[in-house]
Amino acid sequence: MTDDSTPADTKTRDADAWAAAEKASTYEWGFSSAIEQEMAPKGLTEDTVRYISAKKNEPEWMLDWRLKAFRIWQTLETPDWAKLNVPPIDYQDAYYYAEPKAKPKLGSLDEVDPEILEVYKKLGIPIEEQKVLANVEGARRVAVDAVFDSVSVATTFREELSRAGVIFMSISEAIREYPDLVKKWLGKVVPVRDNYFATLNCAVFSDGTFVYIPEGVRCPMELSTYFRINAENTGQFERTLIIADKGSYVSYLEGCTAPQRDENQLHAAVVELVAMDDAEIKYSTVQNWYPGDAEGKGGIYNFVTKRGLAQGARSKISWTQVETGSAVTWKYPSCVLNGEDSVGEFYSVAVTNNYQQADTGTKMIHNGKGSRSTIVSKGISAGRSNNTYRGLVRVAPGAEGVRNFTQCDSLLLGDQCGAHTVPYIEVRNPSAQIEHEATTSKISDDQLFYAMQRGLSAEEAVALIVNGFAREVLKQLPMEFAVEAQKLLGISLEGSVG
Amino acid sequence: MLTITNLHATIGGTEILKGLSLTINAGEIHAIMGPNGAGKSTLAYTLGGRPGYEVTDGTATFDGQDLLALEPHERAAAGLFLGFQYPVEIPGVSNLQFLRESLNAQRRARGEEPLSGAEFIRLAKEKAGLLKMDMDMLKRPVNVGFSGGEKKRNEMVQMGIIDPKLALLDETDSGLDIDALRIVGEGINTIMRKPDRAVLLITHYQRLLDLVKPDFVHVLAGGRIVRSGGAELALELEEQGYEAVA
Repeated sequence: MTDDSTPADTKTRDADAWAAAEKASTYEWGFSSAIEQEMAPKGLTEDTVRYISAKKNEPEWMLDWRLKAFRIWQTLETPDWAKLNVPPIDYQDAYYYAEPKAKPKLGSLDEVDPEILEVYKKLGIPIEEQKVLANVEGARRVAVDAVFDSVSVATTFREELSRAGVIFMSISEAIREYPDLVKKWLGKVVPVRDNYFATLNCAVFSDGTFVYIPEGVRCPMELSTYFRINAENTGQFERTLIIADKGSYVSYLEGCTAPQRDENQLHAAVVELVAMDDAEIKYSTVQNWYPGDAEGKGGIYNFVTKRGLAQGARSKISWTQVETGSAVTWKYPSCVLNGEDSVGEFYSVAVTNNYQQADTGTKMIHNGKGSRSTIVSKGISAGRSNNTYRGLVRVAPGAEGVRNFTQCDSLLLGDQCGAHTVPYIEVRNPSAQIEHEATTSKISDDQLFYAMQRGLSAEEAVALIVNGFAREVLKQLPMEFAVEAQKLLGISLEGSVG
Repeated sequence: MLTITNLHATIGGTEILKGLSLTINAGEIHAIMGPNGAGKSTLAYTLGGRPGYEVTDGTATFDGQDLLALEPHERAAAGLFLGFQYPVEIPGVSNLQFLRESLNAQRRARGEEPLSGAEFIRLAKEKAGLLKMDMDMLKRPVNVGFSGGEKKRNEMVQMGIIDPKLALLDETDSGLDIDALRIVGEGINTIMRKPDRAVLLITHYQRLLDLVKPDFVHVLAGGRIVRSGGAELALELEEQGYEAVA
């Protein structure tokens, strides 16, 4: 692959793309902003990996780690076991790195480029967090580590967090500042050769978040990162590592929206969580990447590997996700329950409309004695979409007294969509108690008419009924997110009744 | 307020309403009685705009507007309330949330300011009090796990909160015990017996009409109003049955 465009061409082309996207936008958050960007040349070779590593001023060990991953990746094949229909992706026809043009280090948020702040506004960052961004006194404290395309541009409240001993920074910084911690855990929860997309991420991850909560510390605020793909054809390869030391607690929020693009964009993130004895990590996601248009054109390909290691005794890892976006979602936030009496939770709402495809679920790997897990999955399918729950519950031979409860509910809107439930249960210890419940239902005409007779439009009625259906999961979300998520469910299903 | 002229309506191709005419003025309470299958519920659903109830002829004018041209939620915003014979369950959605969103949707449609959370709660408390309904019931999901009587009482609380111009109450009295019936009857009187309001009660029984005295009673049979009269007509029906009267 060659790239013969000069920077000037790139700029013109980007400007055209932005203009076109603005015009074509029916996607509420399908805007694009004209912040100057620096890009790696198109394509993926060892040189690309070296470029990224050099851009980030990474130490030698990190570059070696990336290169090793890249060489493994070249030997792997794309997995095809999911109930997804994904056209072949040309990995050489994409950019792997884009960052806003270098800006001086910022002393405070006031100095953040107003354009970036404008993006936050359009993203609908909850009011409380906007107040935080605006430095309003007495605003509820939520730390926002904003990932704008690939580079963290602003980190708030770092000082207060550091007084508590909490480390909250971009992973690039952590690689430089806390190499021992990163080295100890990076790739330990999701090994380098775990799967095609995770291995790709290891080679080319651009940035992401690192969190360390020291022993006995309850993180004084919710940590929040907003992801956003802003450059055309730039794959987003986020890397997140959260370590909760003994007896600590942290709640982490991740939210995504992406601007409209005609070409499919690849997103392959990796999230690793580690919880030691008595530690708890609560990880919440609202995912609203561009889903493609009503004809199924465009949209993000979202191949995510998220896994938590409940390593310590009585440790707890809880995943909550609201997945409304992306053309293709391939995502199984999982818990490896090694600790005795450790707890894993997975609460999920996945909405698919038009031609969206989602294959999502979880894995609960019970290795520890007395470990428990709860899975609540709510799938909502509309249009011609396909929505699959895929979940594994595995109990190791030595794990006595394991309990699992799984509930999978599917709601169908219309008669051209699909809902599928694929549970895998592997129990090698007879003392385990495993429960699995599944239901499939449709929104009834009675419900719709009843709600409309009270004054709601058809779309408002559907949004209300769907929110009721998903309530068990939504109530797991922190307040700010719950409101946003409720709106999203309604927006995602617009046009699905009529 | 409501003028229905020569209304014909079909369900799945079968004609149920066959030329029904009825005029309801502000300040009036009308009762429609009639044998099973006469078309009473069809009338309520047709006026409410339920999909599947097709109007093949006739007109219905509500406050000067062509009612039949409006979507169900537009009819609601125009001031039409339908009390359901079988109130529907909506799991996971609290009564309060349901009513607040419904009321505010109506208010927005009419160009009024939506109520804030606090204003709404005050209103809901007041109306629930009128119907002797526990606020805890309003926090529960819409009609889920409610007894038949609780569902009907809930319909009345909804009516109180939404405060419509015209209420069509489809067998709101069925399934109620004596105490609940009295509460519902008093509720209708308090909420709807006003000079600028009107009610159409669909019922089988005199007992509700003892509590909510109608100004007019109509007998619906074979898809038409076959006889109209004052409150005394209901008593006559009770004594002699539909066949003798119609």
